[in-house]
Amino acid sequence: MSDRVRLGVFGVSLAGLLGLVMWAFVGLPDFGDYRGPYGDILNRVAVPERSTTDVVTAVNFDYRGFDTLGEEFILFTAVIGVASILRTLRGERTRPPDDDAAGRDVPETSLPIRVTGLGLVAPTVLIGIYIVAHGHQTPGGGFQGGVILATALLLTYLSADYMTLRAVGPNWLIELAEGLGAAGFALIGVAGLVFGSAFFENVLGKGTPGELPSAGLIPLSNAAVGLAVTGGFIFMLSEFLEQALTRRRDRRRGRGARRSA
Amino acid sequence: MVLARDPLRQAMVASIYGLLLGILFFLFQAPDVALSQTVVGAVALPMMILLALAKVRGGEE
Repeated sequence: MSDRVRLGVFGVSLAGLLGLVMWAFVGLPDFGDYRGPYGDILNRVAVPERSTTDVVTAVNFDYRGFDTLGEEFILFTAVIGVASILRTLRGERTRPPDDDAAGRDVPETSLPIRVTGLGLVAPTVLIGIYIVAHGHQTPGGGFQGGVILATALLLTYLSADYMTLRAVGPNWLIELAEGLGAAGFALIGVAGLVFGSAFFENVLGKGTPGELPSAGLIPLSNAAVGLAVTGGFIFMLSEFLEQALTRRRDRRRGRGARRSA
Repeated sequence: MVLARDPLRQAMVASIYGLLLGILFFLFQAPDVALSQTVVGAVALPMMILLALAKVRGGEE
């Protein structure tokens, strides 16, 4: 196909695509013109029914808590997938990871980066905890806060080194957080079955809207999801970090090389 | 994203796009989604790409 024919075909398909996209855009409802009934109903009932001033969280962790449980376990499965793909295989030897293991000549972390990074750790943790704890009142929740908490640990790696990261967040603690969070969220759902009548029924007292301990089980769900997400993200990031920093030697290949020599 | 051929630059561009999308969500009054988009799209995803790149390049040398 010559360049000219290719350009012609590209032009025709681009024009067709643009036409279809424009057609689709014309058919869209106006911005803010919401036609579905559920959003309006929820906006009206969420505060009196559940004492949540953030309706999105009320939907995520109460009205549609079951969906969130599914999402939670998608992350859980993804973490397990990363862990099982990146595990140490038989025949592979690992060296203790240090920053120059990948054959890189790593310059010393500069003082400004260290100071800024370490200075940011505490505020990041605080913001993360705040977002998890106030999930039922202000935008945010377990997922968003959890990822922010996970990045706090990443900051310790950026401003210190890998061994400090390991010391601050040992593997067993991360795995415990991940497991406890995921199981805790599922158990909160079961609590609805045991003490109420439906999975994820909000069986705790709803309290006063706007107060920190309110909205029944929603803050607990948020805390559980926050724990699971923090654990999951830290686990994945440290697995990736370990991969990047460790030089793995294939024992079989080494033996073969020796035999041929 | 198309114009940047180097994966390292692509990761940076992806991060900026993630941040822009987050700001866009915020402007359209969806702060919950904006928060998730910002932390995942602008921080976590590029971070994982960078780490994967570091691993791949470390193996080449």
